[in-house]
Formats: sequence, structure tokens, C-alpha cells
Amino acid sequence: MSSQATAERSPATGDFWEGFRLSIPVVVASGPFAMLFGALAVGNGFTVFEAFLMSATVFGGASQMVGIELFGQHVAPWLIVLSIFAVNFRHVLYSAAIGRHLAHWPLFQQAVGYFILTDPQYAIAESKAESGRKVGFAFYMGAALPVYVSWNILTALGAFFGQMIPDTHALGIDFLLPIYFLGLVMGFRKRPLWLPVVIASAAASILAYKTIGSPWHVTVGAFAGVVFAALMPSSGEREARP
Amino acid sequence: MSTIFWITIAAAVATYLTRIGGHLVISRFENIHPRVEAGLNAVPAAVLTTLVAPAMLDAGPAEWAAVIVAALVALRGGLMSMFLAGAAVLIALRQFMG
Repeated sequence: MSSQATAERSPATGDFWEGFRLSIPVVVASGPFAMLFGALAVGNGFTVFEAFLMSATVFGGASQMVGIELFGQHVAPWLIVLSIFAVNFRHVLYSAAIGRHLAHWPLFQQAVGYFILTDPQYAIAESKAESGRKVGFAFYMGAALPVYVSWNILTALGAFFGQMIPDTHALGIDFLLPIYFLGLVMGFRKRPLWLPVVIASAAASILAYKTIGSPWHVTVGAFAGVVFAALMPSSGEREARP
Repeated sequence: MSTIFWITIAAAVATYLTRIGGHLVISRFENIHPRVEAGLNAVPAAVLTTLVAPAMLDAGPAEWAAVIVAALVALRGGLMSMFLAGAAVLIALRQFMG
């Protein structure tokens, strides 16, 4: 890149490329999961277009995996939507935290910005704000767009090739999602009450699975873990944070 | 339009509400009650655990071995390495156990 080209750029263009550079690790890290989602979605009864549509409109990896897993288990549609909502609920906290840094944008830009507020996008925007600089729309989109575009393209590619897998059982396709979900669960292990919550949810979901049956084990198990965490004595003592 | 189409649209709307809702609703509260916060903190692990635990019941030795190896790798490595390790064990063992 020549210095002349850099000098001719508008500040917004420079901001965009600053965000773009920060997006590259996210693109690389999320790419395999986009392809995996596409392949598993097709394995669970989605068409290539339906897999692509979910990536383009929901744009949240873990929740999309939950959606296709439950669809494969023939869970009632409203429970699938509720489960996706529950997995994505953490965004409420990101949204509350980042809102004041995006408030100077025009309303339409804010509406677009919140649509692509993923975990890494929150981290990128928050660290920019923490460094004392304004989080501009161009910078924000520079960080978000490459991830959004690659996520969708790789979903479609994964779905397309997923159709061609001959023996899905030998490749373990039916059990890859539980392994993936276990990885997500392990990723939260630094949170307070993690182990007791996991034990409570596991026990309650197994019990519900054996008694009332699928799909209620998801709701019952999740509810048990959340209520357990809220009722633990330590939860009431900890100081409130804004 | 298929059931999947409508599930996806409803899920997209619900997800958008979580992404814009914090700004519109939560940011108006001065404080979140610590018990509510503890409950919210527990949501992802609680939901995702329910997708792992019952699956273990229906599984066999190949799946159990894969999960144990993946969990051990997860203590050190990232999501991708634990996933690949678990998948490798699963695929290898299924060649013998069916």
C-alpha cells in the first residue's frame, strides 16, 4: 500500500480498514464453524437455502447450532425459537453496555449496528471505546462486514458439500453437535457458579428427558440451572453492578 | 413456505430483540439485582448443558470416549482444537464399533 494512497483516503475509509484488520482473526476463527453449521444443517433436514437464510438473518453461531439440533429432534417450532432466544440472550448485556458508544450515530445506522452485534464484535467495539476513541460507523462496519459476508458464504459452501457426504454415521455427523456444545459449556467455566449450574442443568435435563421426554428436557434443564444460580446464597451477597 | 423458514424468521426477530433490547431496556436501569445477574450469567451454560447431558445417555463407548477427550483438550486448547480432537476420536472409534 503506497503512502500516497493512504493520504488520499477520507478518514471514514481509514476507519473502515482499521476495523477490517481487526476482523481478520474473527473471520479465520469462525469460518470452519460456518462450514460445519452448513453441513450439519443439511444433515438435519435443512436445504442449502434454508441454512444460508438462517446464517444471514440470525447470525449467531451457537444459537444456529441449537436451532438445527432441536429441529433434528423434531422439537415444537416455538420451543426451538425460545431456545435460540435463550442462547442469544447474552446479547442483551452487550447491547446495554455498548449502547452509549453508538448513540451518536443516525438511527438507521444504529439499527444496522445492533443487527450484527456478535460476541467478537462487542469485544472489538468495546476495546476501541475503552481506548478513549469514538466508535464510528465506518470502523464498526469494517470490523463486522467481513465476518458477516464470510459467515454466509461459508455456510452455503458447507451446506453444499454437506449434501454429498455419503455415510454420515461413520463420520460422526450425528454426534458432532453435542461435542461442539460441550466446548461452549467449557468455555464458560470461569463464570461464577459454573460447575454447580452445569450439574443442576445436567441432572434436571436427564431427569426430564427420562420422564416427560424430549423436548422438555431443554426448558426444564435450563430453568433448573438459572433458578439454582439465582437462589444460591452467594448471589444475593455479591455487590450489584450497573 | 416451510416450517424451517418460519422458525428462522421468528428466531431472527427474537435474536434482534436481544441485540437491540439491552440498549432500549436494560440500559435504563441503574442497577441489575445481583440475583437476576447471577441468573442471567448462568443462562448460556444452563441451556447448552441440556443439549449435551441427555445425548450422553443414548450414546455408546465411542461417543463417551470422544466427549472425555474433547473435555480434556478444552481445559487447555480452544474450541476448535477440542472439537477436532473429539471428532477424530469419534470417527476413529466408530470405524471399529459401528
